[in-house]
Amino acid sequence: MKGLKLSRVLTYVGAVLMALWILVPIWLIAVSAFSTRQGIFDFPKALLPNPFSADTMSFFLGATNVLPSAGRSVVVALITIVISTLIGAPAGYALARFNFRGRDVFRLAIVSTRAFPIVILSIPIAVAYLQLGINDNVFSLALMHCALALPFTILVTSSVFAGVPKDLEEAAETLGCSPLQAFMRVVLPLALPGLAAATLFTFVLSWNEVFASVILTSRNRTLPALLVAQLDESPLNYKYAGGFFLLAPSMVFMLFIRKYLFTLWGRVSR
Amino acid sequence: MTSRRTNLTPFLLVAPALVFMAIFFAYPMVEAFGLAFRDNDTGALTLNYFQKMVSDVQFQPALTTTLLLIIILIPVQFAVALTMALLVNAKLKGASLFLYIYAIPLAVSELAAGIVWFNIFTNNGFLNSLLVQFGLIERPFLFLSYQNQGWLILAVVLAEAWRATSIIMVILVSGLQSIPSDYLEAAEVFGADQFRKITKVILPLLRPSLQVALILRTILAFQVFGVALAVAGSGMSLLAGEAYKWYYSIRNPNVAAAYASVILILSIASTVVFLVGLRSKNGEAL
Repeated sequence: MKGLKLSRVLTYVGAVLMALWILVPIWLIAVSAFSTRQGIFDFPKALLPNPFSADTMSFFLGATNVLPSAGRSVVVALITIVISTLIGAPAGYALARFNFRGRDVFRLAIVSTRAFPIVILSIPIAVAYLQLGINDNVFSLALMHCALALPFTILVTSSVFAGVPKDLEEAAETLGCSPLQAFMRVVLPLALPGLAAATLFTFVLSWNEVFASVILTSRNRTLPALLVAQLDESPLNYKYAGGFFLLAPSMVFMLFIRKYLFTLWGRVSR
Repeated sequence: MTSRRTNLTPFLLVAPALVFMAIFFAYPMVEAFGLAFRDNDTGALTLNYFQKMVSDVQFQPALTTTLLLIIILIPVQFAVALTMALLVNAKLKGASLFLYIYAIPLAVSELAAGIVWFNIFTNNGFLNSLLVQFGLIERPFLFLSYQNQGWLILAVVLAEAWRATSIIMVILVSGLQSIPSDYLEAAEVFGADQFRKITKVILPLLRPSLQVALILRTILAFQVFGVALAVAGSGMSLLAGEAYKWYYSIRNPNVAAAYASVILILSIASTVVFLVGLRSKNGEAL
Protein backbone atom coordinates (compact mmCIF):
# COMPACT_ATOMS: atom_id res chain seq x y z
CA MET A 1 0.00 0.00 0.00
CA LYS A 2 2.77 2.36 1.00
CA GLY A 3 4.71 1.40 -2.12
CA LEU A 4 1.71 2.21 -4.23
CA LYS A 5 1.45 5.69 -2.72
CA LEU A 6 5.14 6.35 -3.26
CA SER A 7 4.95 5.40 -6.91
CA ARG A 8 1.92 7.70 -7.24
CA VAL A 9 3.91 10.59 -5.79
CA LEU A 10 6.82 9.82 -8.09
CA THR A 11 4.45 9.86 -11.05
CA TYR A 12 3.30 13.37 -10.10
CA VAL A 13 6.88 14.50 -9.63
CA GLY A 14 7.71 13.16 -13.08
CA ALA A 15 4.70 14.85 -14.63
CA VAL A 16 5.62 18.20 -13.06
CA LEU A 17 9.26 17.89 -14.14
CA MET A 18 8.19 17.23 -17.71
CA ALA A 19 5.87 20.24 -17.56
CA LEU A 20 8.77 22.39 -16.34
CA TRP A 21 10.94 21.15 -19.23
CA ILE A 22 8.34 22.66 -21.57
CA LEU A 23 7.44 25.76 -19.56
CA VAL A 24 10.80 27.04 -18.25
CA PRO A 25 12.25 27.86 -21.70
CA ILE A 26 9.00 29.67 -22.57
CA TRP A 27 9.21 31.62 -19.31
CA LEU A 28 12.81 32.59 -20.04
CA ILE A 29 12.05 33.94 -23.52
CA ALA A 30 9.15 35.90 -22.01
CA VAL A 31 11.54 37.35 -19.39
CA SER A 32 13.92 38.47 -22.14
CA ALA A 33 11.12 39.85 -24.30
CA PHE A 34 9.81 41.98 -21.43
CA SER A 35 13.13 43.26 -20.13
CA THR A 36 14.64 46.58 -21.07
CA ARG A 37 17.45 46.67 -23.59
CA GLN A 38 19.83 47.11 -20.66
CA GLY A 39 18.19 44.20 -18.79
CA ILE A 40 18.87 41.86 -21.70
CA PHE A 41 22.60 42.55 -21.48
CA ASP A 42 22.70 42.33 -17.66
CA PHE A 43 24.76 39.49 -16.30
CA PRO A 44 24.12 37.39 -14.26
CA LYS A 45 20.49 37.41 -15.27
CA ALA A 46 17.36 37.70 -13.15
CA LEU A 47 14.51 35.21 -13.47
CA LEU A 48 11.99 38.03 -13.56
CA PRO A 49 12.12 41.02 -15.89
CA ASN A 50 13.71 43.73 -13.83
CA PRO A 51 12.20 46.20 -14.42
CA PHE A 52 9.24 44.84 -16.38
CA SER A 53 9.14 46.79 -19.61
CA ALA A 54 7.36 46.79 -22.94
CA ASP A 55 10.27 48.64 -24.59
CA THR A 56 11.77 45.57 -26.24
CA MET A 57 8.45 44.43 -27.68
CA SER A 58 7.54 47.89 -28.91
CA PHE A 59 11.02 48.35 -30.40
CA PHE A 60 10.47 45.12 -32.35
CA LEU A 61 6.93 45.91 -33.45
CA GLY A 62 8.01 49.39 -34.47
CA ALA A 63 10.94 48.15 -36.56
CA THR A 64 10.73 48.53 -40.33
CA ASN A 65 8.81 45.74 -42.06
CA VAL A 66 7.77 43.88 -38.91
CA LEU A 67 4.09 44.77 -38.83
CA PRO A 68 3.64 44.52 -42.62
CA SER A 69 5.30 41.10 -42.50
CA ALA A 70 3.11 39.97 -39.62
CA GLY A 71 0.07 41.15 -41.59
CA ARG A 72 1.30 39.23 -44.64
CA SER A 73 1.73 36.10 -42.50
CA VAL A 74 -1.91 36.36 -41.47
CA VAL A 75 -3.05 36.91 -45.06
CA VAL A 76 -1.03 33.93 -46.32
CA ALA A 77 -2.46 31.76 -43.54
CA LEU A 78 -6.02 32.84 -44.32
CA ILE A 79 -5.65 32.16 -48.05
CA THR A 80 -4.11 28.80 -47.18
CA ILE A 81 -7.10 27.96 -45.00
CA VAL A 82 -9.62 28.90 -47.70
CA ILE A 83 -7.92 27.00 -50.51
CA SER A 84 -6.98 23.92 -48.54
CA THR A 85 -10.50 23.65 -47.11
CA LEU A 86 -12.14 24.14 -50.51
CA ILE A 87 -9.95 21.46 -52.06
CA GLY A 88 -9.38 19.20 -49.09
CA ALA A 89 -12.77 18.99 -47.38
CA PRO A 90 -14.59 17.45 -50.39
CA ALA A 91 -11.85 14.83 -50.67
CA GLY A 92 -12.11 14.19 -46.93
CA TYR A 93 -15.86 13.80 -47.27
CA ALA A 94 -15.42 11.34 -50.12
CA LEU A 95 -12.98 9.29 -48.04
CA ALA A 96 -15.41 9.24 -45.12
CA ARG A 97 -18.62 8.48 -46.99
CA PHE A 98 -17.91 6.62 -50.22
CA ASN A 99 -16.34 3.31 -50.96
CA PHE A 100 -14.89 4.10 -54.35
CA ARG A 101 -12.29 2.40 -56.50
CA GLY A 102 -8.78 3.46 -55.64
CA ARG A 103 -9.87 4.76 -52.23
CA ASP A 104 -7.11 2.91 -50.39
CA VAL A 105 -4.45 3.98 -52.85
CA PHE A 106 -5.62 7.59 -52.54
CA ARG A 107 -5.56 7.34 -48.77
CA LEU A 108 -2.06 5.89 -48.77
CA ALA A 109 -0.87 8.62 -51.12
CA ILE A 110 -2.25 11.26 -48.74
CA VAL A 111 -0.76 9.60 -45.67
CA SER A 112 2.67 9.39 -47.24
CA THR A 113 2.72 12.97 -48.52
CA ARG A 114 2.09 14.14 -44.96
CA ALA A 115 5.77 13.98 -44.12
CA PHE A 116 7.05 15.35 -47.38
CA PRO A 117 10.32 17.20 -47.13
CA ILE A 118 9.49 20.85 -47.67
CA VAL A 119 13.05 21.45 -48.81
CA ILE A 120 12.49 19.20 -51.81
CA LEU A 121 9.21 20.81 -52.80
CA SER A 122 10.32 24.41 -52.27
CA ILE A 123 13.30 24.63 -54.57
CA PRO A 124 11.71 23.34 -57.79
CA ILE A 125 8.56 25.35 -57.03
CA ALA A 126 10.68 28.47 -56.49
CA VAL A 127 12.33 27.96 -59.87
CA ALA A 128 8.96 27.40 -61.55
CA TYR A 129 7.50 30.52 -59.85
CA LEU A 130 10.40 32.61 -61.13
CA GLN A 131 9.87 31.35 -64.68
CA LEU A 132 6.16 32.07 -64.45
CA GLY A 133 6.85 35.44 -62.86
CA ILE A 134 4.65 34.74 -59.86
CA ASN A 135 7.37 34.64 -57.21
CA ASP A 136 7.40 36.87 -54.15
CA ASN A 137 3.68 37.23 -53.62
CA VAL A 138 1.35 36.12 -50.86
CA PHE A 139 -0.95 34.10 -53.09
CA SER A 140 1.85 31.96 -54.56
CA LEU A 141 3.29 31.32 -51.13
CA ALA A 142 -0.16 30.37 -49.84
CA LEU A 143 -0.44 27.77 -52.64
CA MET A 144 2.82 26.24 -51.42
CA HIS A 145 1.54 26.22 -47.83
CA CYS A 146 -1.63 24.56 -49.13
CA ALA A 147 0.47 21.71 -50.43
CA LEU A 148 1.79 21.24 -46.89
CA ALA A 149 -1.61 21.58 -45.28
CA LEU A 150 -3.67 19.56 -47.76
CA PRO A 151 -2.81 16.05 -46.52
CA PHE A 152 -3.77 17.10 -42.99
CA THR A 153 -6.93 18.84 -44.12
CA ILE A 154 -8.06 15.77 -46.06
CA LEU A 155 -7.31 13.29 -43.26
CA VAL A 156 -8.73 15.47 -40.53
CA THR A 157 -11.91 16.42 -42.38
CA SER A 158 -12.36 12.78 -43.31
CA SER A 159 -12.26 11.76 -39.65
CA VAL A 160 -14.51 14.67 -38.68
CA PHE A 161 -17.11 13.68 -41.30
CA ALA A 162 -16.78 10.04 -40.34
CA GLY A 163 -17.81 11.11 -36.84
CA VAL A 164 -21.13 12.46 -38.09
CA PRO A 165 -23.66 9.57 -38.19
CA LYS A 166 -24.60 8.64 -41.72
CA ASP A 167 -28.16 7.87 -40.57
CA LEU A 168 -28.82 11.55 -39.92
CA GLU A 169 -27.81 12.43 -43.46
CA GLU A 170 -29.93 9.65 -44.91
CA ALA A 171 -32.88 10.64 -42.73
CA ALA A 172 -32.65 14.17 -44.09
CA GLU A 173 -32.62 12.86 -47.63
CA THR A 174 -35.63 10.64 -46.91
CA LEU A 175 -37.44 13.73 -45.63
CA GLY A 176 -36.92 15.40 -48.97
CA CYS A 177 -33.55 17.13 -48.80
CA SER A 178 -31.25 16.94 -51.80
CA PRO A 179 -27.81 15.47 -50.99
CA LEU A 180 -26.38 18.98 -50.99
CA GLN A 181 -29.10 20.28 -48.68
CA ALA A 182 -28.63 17.32 -46.36
CA PHE A 183 -24.94 18.11 -46.23
CA MET A 184 -25.41 21.84 -45.63
CA ARG A 185 -28.19 21.54 -43.05
CA VAL A 186 -27.31 18.36 -41.17
CA VAL A 187 -23.69 17.33 -41.63
CA LEU A 188 -21.98 20.70 -41.73
CA PRO A 189 -23.35 22.07 -38.43
CA LEU A 190 -22.34 18.88 -36.63
CA ALA A 191 -18.88 18.82 -38.22
CA LEU A 192 -18.24 22.51 -37.62
CA PRO A 193 -16.26 22.32 -34.34
CA GLY A 194 -13.91 19.70 -35.76
CA LEU A 195 -13.53 21.68 -38.96
CA ALA A 196 -12.73 24.79 -36.94
CA ALA A 197 -9.95 22.93 -35.12
CA ALA A 198 -8.56 21.72 -38.45
CA THR A 199 -8.68 25.30 -39.71
CA LEU A 200 -6.81 26.56 -36.69
CA PHE A 201 -4.23 23.87 -37.21
CA THR A 202 -3.74 24.96 -40.82
CA PHE A 203 -3.28 28.51 -39.58
CA VAL A 204 -0.52 27.38 -37.20
CA LEU A 205 1.17 25.39 -39.96
CA SER A 206 1.30 28.39 -42.26
CA TRP A 207 2.14 30.97 -39.56
CA ASN A 208 5.12 28.86 -38.46
CA GLU A 209 6.49 27.81 -41.83
CA VAL A 210 10.02 29.07 -42.46
CA PHE A 211 11.84 27.32 -45.31
CA ALA A 212 9.39 27.74 -48.19
CA SER A 213 8.57 31.26 -47.00
CA VAL A 214 12.14 32.46 -47.09
CA ILE A 215 12.85 30.73 -50.42
CA LEU A 216 9.71 31.95 -52.17
CA THR A 217 9.69 35.58 -51.04
CA SER A 218 12.23 38.37 -51.29
CA ARG A 219 10.56 41.70 -50.67
CA ASN A 220 7.15 40.53 -49.52
CA ARG A 221 8.39 38.60 -46.51
CA THR A 222 6.21 36.80 -44.03
CA LEU A 223 7.27 37.24 -40.41
CA PRO A 224 9.30 34.01 -40.03
CA ALA A 225 10.98 34.68 -43.39
CA LEU A 226 11.85 38.22 -42.32
CA LEU A 227 13.30 37.03 -39.01
CA VAL A 228 15.33 34.23 -40.58
CA ALA A 229 16.75 36.43 -43.31
CA GLN A 230 17.91 38.98 -40.72
CA LEU A 231 19.07 36.53 -38.08
CA ASP A 232 22.75 37.33 -38.47
CA GLU A 233 22.53 41.08 -38.15
CA SER A 234 19.63 41.52 -35.76
CA PRO A 235 20.33 42.75 -32.22
CA LEU A 236 19.44 40.54 -29.26
CA ASN A 237 16.40 42.50 -28.16
CA TYR A 238 14.93 42.29 -31.68
CA LYS A 239 15.56 38.55 -31.81
CA TYR A 240 14.02 37.78 -28.43
CA ALA A 241 10.97 39.95 -29.00
CA GLY A 242 10.54 38.33 -32.42
CA GLY A 243 10.85 34.85 -30.96
CA PHE A 244 8.27 35.62 -28.30
CA PHE A 245 5.90 37.25 -30.79
CA LEU A 246 6.05 34.16 -33.01
CA LEU A 247 5.58 31.82 -30.07
CA ALA A 248 2.83 33.58 -28.12
CA PRO A 249 -0.11 32.61 -30.37
CA SER A 250 0.82 28.92 -30.13
CA MET A 251 -0.13 28.75 -26.46
CA VAL A 252 -3.56 30.20 -27.21
CA PHE A 253 -4.06 28.02 -30.29
CA MET A 254 -3.25 24.88 -28.35
CA LEU A 255 -5.91 25.81 -25.80
CA PHE A 256 -8.51 25.55 -28.56
CA ILE A 257 -7.05 22.64 -30.47
CA ARG A 258 -6.19 20.38 -27.53
CA LYS A 259 -9.59 18.68 -27.49
CA TYR A 260 -9.06 17.69 -31.09
CA LEU A 261 -5.42 16.67 -30.80
CA PHE A 262 -6.27 13.02 -31.15
CA THR A 263 -8.67 13.61 -33.99
CA LEU A 264 -5.89 15.57 -35.67
CA TRP A 265 -3.06 13.17 -34.90
CA GLY A 266 -4.41 9.97 -33.46
CA ARG A 267 -6.51 8.99 -36.43
CA VAL A 268 -4.06 10.59 -38.79
CA SER A 269 -1.36 8.22 -37.65
CA ARG A 270 -3.30 5.18 -38.75
CA MET B 1 -29.31 6.51 -63.13
CA THR B 2 -28.94 6.80 -59.39
CA SER B 3 -26.21 4.19 -59.20
CA ARG B 4 -24.31 6.00 -61.90
CA ARG B 5 -24.39 9.25 -59.96
CA THR B 6 -23.26 7.68 -56.70
CA ASN B 7 -20.37 6.16 -58.61
CA LEU B 8 -19.18 9.45 -60.00
CA THR B 9 -19.63 11.69 -56.95
CA PRO B 10 -16.57 10.54 -54.95
CA PHE B 11 -14.30 10.97 -57.95
CA LEU B 12 -15.54 14.48 -58.54
CA LEU B 13 -14.95 15.26 -54.88
CA VAL B 14 -11.43 13.86 -54.93
CA ALA B 15 -10.39 15.28 -58.32
CA PRO B 16 -9.38 18.82 -57.23
CA ALA B 17 -7.16 17.42 -54.48
CA LEU B 18 -5.55 14.99 -56.93
CA VAL B 19 -4.83 17.72 -59.46
CA PHE B 20 -3.40 19.96 -56.77
CA MET B 21 -1.18 17.21 -55.43
CA ALA B 22 0.06 16.35 -58.90
CA ILE B 23 1.16 19.96 -59.37
CA PHE B 24 2.60 20.58 -55.92
CA PHE B 25 3.95 17.14 -54.99
CA ALA B 26 4.58 15.01 -58.05
CA TYR B 27 5.93 17.79 -60.26
CA PRO B 28 8.44 19.27 -57.77
CA MET B 29 9.63 15.82 -56.78
CA VAL B 30 10.49 14.90 -60.37
CA GLU B 31 11.74 18.38 -61.10
CA ALA B 32 14.11 18.30 -58.09
CA PHE B 33 15.99 15.52 -59.86
CA GLY B 34 15.65 17.36 -63.17
CA LEU B 35 17.29 20.46 -61.75
CA ALA B 36 19.99 18.44 -60.03
CA PHE B 37 20.92 16.12 -62.90
CA ARG B 38 20.15 17.95 -66.13
CA ASP B 39 22.17 20.69 -67.67
CA ASN B 40 20.52 24.09 -67.48
CA ASP B 41 21.26 25.03 -71.09
CA THR B 42 21.37 21.79 -73.07
CA GLY B 43 19.03 19.67 -70.97
CA ALA B 44 21.43 16.74 -71.23
CA LEU B 45 22.04 14.52 -68.23
CA THR B 46 24.95 15.74 -66.17
CA LEU B 47 26.67 15.03 -62.89
CA ASN B 48 28.26 18.49 -62.78
CA TYR B 49 25.94 19.98 -60.16
CA PHE B 50 26.13 16.87 -58.04
CA GLN B 51 29.92 16.93 -58.21
CA LYS B 52 29.94 20.61 -57.39
CA MET B 53 27.89 19.84 -54.28
CA VAL B 54 30.06 16.91 -53.20
CA SER B 55 33.32 18.78 -53.68
CA ASP B 56 32.10 21.78 -51.67
CA VAL B 57 33.89 22.03 -48.31
CA GLN B 58 30.59 22.23 -46.47
CA PHE B 59 29.08 19.08 -47.97
CA GLN B 60 30.87 16.53 -45.84
CA PRO B 61 30.24 18.38 -42.53
CA ALA B 62 26.61 19.02 -43.50
CA LEU B 63 25.98 15.34 -44.24
CA THR B 64 27.76 14.01 -41.14
CA THR B 65 26.24 16.60 -38.81
CA THR B 66 22.74 15.92 -40.14
CA LEU B 67 23.15 12.18 -39.63
CA LEU B 68 24.75 12.64 -36.22
CA LEU B 69 21.97 14.98 -35.18
CA ILE B 70 19.34 12.40 -36.15
CA ILE B 71 21.15 9.55 -34.41
CA ILE B 72 21.27 11.49 -31.14
CA LEU B 73 17.91 13.22 -31.51
CA ILE B 74 15.56 10.35 -32.31
CA PRO B 75 16.31 8.17 -29.22
CA VAL B 76 16.14 11.23 -26.93
CA GLN B 77 12.80 12.25 -28.43
CA PHE B 78 11.32 8.77 -28.13
CA ALA B 79 12.44 8.42 -24.52
CA VAL B 80 10.91 11.79 -23.61
CA ALA B 81 7.76 11.22 -25.67
CA LEU B 82 7.16 7.77 -24.18
CA THR B 83 7.64 9.12 -20.66
CA MET B 84 5.19 11.95 -21.35
CA ALA B 85 2.68 9.60 -22.94
CA LEU B 86 2.80 7.17 -20.00
CA LEU B 87 2.41 10.08 -17.57
CA VAL B 88 -0.57 11.48 -19.48
CA ASN B 89 -2.09 8.02 -19.53
CA ALA B 90 -1.49 7.40 -15.80
CA LYS B 91 -4.87 8.92 -14.84
CA LEU B 92 -3.33 11.70 -12.76
CA LYS B 93 -5.41 14.57 -11.45
CA GLY B 94 -4.93 17.40 -13.89
CA ALA B 95 -4.01 15.02 -16.71
CA SER B 96 -5.64 17.32 -19.25
CA LEU B 97 -3.55 20.25 -18.02
CA PHE B 98 -0.39 18.18 -18.38
CA LEU B 99 -1.46 17.11 -21.84
CA TYR B 100 -2.02 20.75 -22.79
CA ILE B 101 1.41 21.78 -21.52
CA TYR B 102 3.20 18.88 -23.20
CA ALA B 103 1.41 19.69 -26.46
CA ILE B 104 2.25 23.41 -26.58
CA PRO B 105 5.43 22.96 -28.64
CA LEU B 106 3.35 21.29 -31.35
CA ALA B 107 2.22 24.78 -32.33
CA VAL B 108 5.60 26.49 -31.85
CA SER B 109 7.50 27.40 -35.01
CA GLU B 110 10.96 25.96 -35.43
CA LEU B 111 12.35 29.46 -35.67
CA ALA B 112 10.77 30.51 -32.36
CA ALA B 113 12.03 27.31 -30.71
CA GLY B 114 15.53 28.09 -31.97
CA ILE B 115 15.40 31.60 -30.53
CA VAL B 116 14.05 30.24 -27.22
CA TRP B 117 17.08 27.99 -26.86
CA PHE B 118 19.51 30.59 -28.19
CA ASN B 119 18.31 32.72 -25.26
CA ILE B 120 19.46 29.93 -22.94
CA PHE B 121 22.76 28.91 -24.52
CA THR B 122 24.18 32.22 -25.76
CA ASN B 123 27.15 33.93 -24.07
CA ASN B 124 25.13 36.05 -21.69
CA GLY B 125 22.23 33.61 -21.69
CA PHE B 126 20.46 31.91 -18.82
CA LEU B 127 22.62 28.79 -18.71
CA ASN B 128 25.85 30.75 -18.36
CA SER B 129 24.17 33.01 -15.83
CA LEU B 130 23.14 30.01 -13.75
CA LEU B 131 26.57 28.37 -13.91
CA VAL B 132 28.34 31.60 -12.92
CA GLN B 133 25.93 32.28 -10.05
CA PHE B 134 26.54 28.80 -8.66
CA GLY B 135 30.25 29.37 -8.99
CA LEU B 136 30.71 26.45 -11.36
CA ILE B 137 32.48 28.62 -13.91
CA GLU B 138 34.06 32.03 -13.57
CA ARG B 139 33.34 33.53 -16.93
CA PRO B 140 30.59 32.72 -19.46
CA PHE B 141 31.43 29.72 -21.63
CA LEU B 142 31.03 30.03 -25.38
CA PHE B 143 28.57 27.16 -25.88
CA LEU B 144 27.56 28.36 -29.33
CA SER B 145 30.99 28.96 -30.77
CA TYR B 146 32.05 27.40 -34.04
CA GLN B 147 34.93 25.78 -32.14
CA ASN B 148 32.62 23.90 -29.81
CA GLN B 149 30.79 21.68 -32.32
CA GLY B 150 29.82 19.24 -29.57
CA TRP B 151 27.99 21.93 -27.61
CA LEU B 152 26.46 23.33 -30.77
CA ILE B 153 25.01 19.95 -31.65
CA LEU B 154 23.81 19.40 -28.09
CA ALA B 155 22.06 22.78 -28.07
CA VAL B 156 20.36 22.06 -31.41
CA VAL B 157 19.37 18.57 -30.20
CA LEU B 158 17.80 20.04 -27.05
CA ALA B 159 15.97 22.73 -28.99
CA GLU B 160 14.66 20.29 -31.56
CA ALA B 161 13.77 17.71 -28.88
CA TRP B 162 11.92 20.42 -26.98
CA ARG B 163 9.99 21.50 -30.06
CA ALA B 164 9.24 18.33 -31.92
CA THR B 165 8.61 15.73 -29.23
CA SER B 166 4.95 16.67 -28.69
CA ILE B 167 3.89 15.18 -31.98
CA ILE B 168 5.39 11.80 -31.03
CA MET B 169 3.78 12.09 -27.59
CA VAL B 170 0.33 12.62 -29.12
CA ILE B 171 0.74 9.69 -31.52
CA LEU B 172 1.89 7.46 -28.64
CA VAL B 173 -0.92 8.56 -26.31
CA SER B 174 -3.51 7.64 -28.91
CA GLY B 175 -1.70 4.34 -29.38
CA LEU B 176 -1.75 3.74 -25.62
CA GLN B 177 -5.45 4.49 -25.41
CA SER B 178 -6.17 1.79 -27.93
CA ILE B 179 -4.51 -0.89 -25.77
CA PRO B 180 -7.32 -2.88 -24.10
CA SER B 181 -7.09 -2.61 -20.32
CA ASP B 182 -7.68 -6.39 -20.03
CA TYR B 183 -4.17 -7.00 -21.27
CA LEU B 184 -2.63 -4.90 -18.53
CA GLU B 185 -4.88 -6.42 -15.89
CA ALA B 186 -3.91 -9.88 -17.09
CA ALA B 187 -0.23 -8.95 -16.84
CA GLU B 188 -0.86 -7.74 -13.30
CA VAL B 189 -2.60 -10.97 -12.37
CA PHE B 190 0.48 -12.83 -13.51
CA GLY B 191 2.58 -10.66 -11.26
CA ALA B 192 4.22 -8.29 -13.76
CA ASP B 193 5.67 -5.13 -12.22
CA GLN B 194 5.42 -1.70 -13.90
CA PHE B 195 8.67 -2.16 -15.81
CA ARG B 196 7.67 -5.56 -17.19
CA LYS B 197 4.22 -4.25 -18.08
CA ILE B 198 5.87 -1.55 -20.16
CA THR B 199 8.44 -3.74 -21.88
CA LYS B 200 6.35 -6.89 -22.35
CA VAL B 201 2.86 -5.55 -23.02
CA ILE B 202 2.79 -1.86 -23.82
CA LEU B 203 5.78 -1.51 -26.13
CA PRO B 204 4.95 -4.48 -28.38
CA LEU B 205 1.36 -3.27 -28.73
CA LEU B 206 2.58 0.24 -29.45
CA ARG B 207 4.65 -0.92 -32.39
CA PRO B 208 2.40 0.45 -35.14
CA SER B 209 2.29 3.88 -33.47
CA LEU B 210 6.02 3.81 -32.85
CA GLN B 211 6.64 2.94 -36.47
CA VAL B 212 4.54 5.80 -37.79
CA ALA B 213 6.11 8.25 -35.36
CA LEU B 214 9.62 7.07 -36.24
CA ILE B 215 9.09 7.49 -39.96
CA LEU B 216 7.50 10.90 -39.53
CA ARG B 217 10.12 12.22 -37.15
CA THR B 218 13.11 10.93 -39.09
CA ILE B 219 11.92 12.44 -42.35
CA LEU B 220 11.29 15.75 -40.62
CA ALA B 221 14.67 15.61 -38.87
CA PHE B 222 16.43 15.52 -42.25
CA GLN B 223 15.01 18.99 -42.82
CA VAL B 224 16.01 20.67 -39.58
CA PHE B 225 16.55 24.25 -40.64
CA GLY B 226 15.13 27.14 -38.62
CA VAL B 227 16.09 25.70 -35.24
CA ALA B 228 19.70 25.19 -36.25
CA LEU B 229 19.95 28.57 -37.94
CA ALA B 230 18.61 30.38 -34.86
CA VAL B 231 20.69 28.43 -32.34
CA ALA B 232 23.95 27.94 -34.19
CA GLY B 233 23.86 30.55 -36.95
CA SER B 234 26.38 29.74 -39.65
CA GLY B 235 28.50 27.81 -37.14
CA MET B 236 26.84 24.55 -38.06
CA SER B 237 26.11 23.15 -41.51
CA LEU B 238 23.14 20.89 -42.15
CA LEU B 239 21.76 19.60 -45.46
CA ALA B 240 18.66 21.81 -45.44
CA GLY B 241 20.69 24.86 -44.48
CA GLU B 242 23.11 24.21 -47.36
CA ALA B 243 20.19 23.89 -49.78
CA TYR B 244 18.95 27.27 -48.56
CA LYS B 245 22.42 28.82 -48.84
CA TRP B 246 22.97 27.55 -52.38
CA TYR B 247 19.56 28.71 -53.52
CA TYR B 248 19.39 31.98 -51.68
CA SER B 249 22.90 33.33 -51.15
CA ILE B 250 24.88 31.67 -53.93
CA ARG B 251 21.90 31.68 -56.30
CA ASN B 252 22.56 28.28 -57.76
CA PRO B 253 19.23 26.38 -57.81
CA ASN B 254 20.86 23.33 -59.41
CA VAL B 255 23.21 22.63 -56.54
CA ALA B 256 20.38 23.47 -54.13
CA ALA B 257 18.27 20.86 -55.93
CA ALA B 258 21.14 18.37 -55.65
CA TYR B 259 20.99 18.86 -51.87
CA ALA B 260 17.22 18.44 -52.02
CA SER B 261 17.56 15.14 -53.85
CA VAL B 262 20.06 13.91 -51.27
CA ILE B 263 17.49 14.69 -48.57
CA LEU B 264 14.77 12.95 -50.59
CA ILE B 265 16.87 9.82 -51.09
CA LEU B 266 17.85 9.69 -47.41
CA SER B 267 14.20 10.16 -46.39
CA ILE B 268 13.01 7.34 -48.64
CA ALA B 269 15.85 5.09 -47.47
CA SER B 270 15.07 5.66 -43.79
CA THR B 271 11.36 5.05 -44.40
CA VAL B 272 12.11 1.74 -46.08
CA VAL B 273 14.43 0.75 -43.21
CA PHE B 274 11.72 1.46 -40.63
CA LEU B 275 9.00 -0.25 -42.67
CA VAL B 276 11.05 -3.41 -43.10
CA GLY B 277 12.82 -3.34 -39.75
CA LEU B 278 9.66 -2.83 -37.70
CA ARG B 279 7.32 -4.93 -39.80
CA SER B 280 4.57 -6.26 -37.59
CA LYS B 281 3.45 -9.85 -37.88
CA ASN B 282 0.22 -9.24 -39.72
CA GLY B 283 2.06 -7.08 -42.20
CA GLU B 284 0.23 -3.87 -41.41
CA ALA B 285 2.16 -0.72 -42.05
CA LEU B 286 1.72 3.01 -42.28
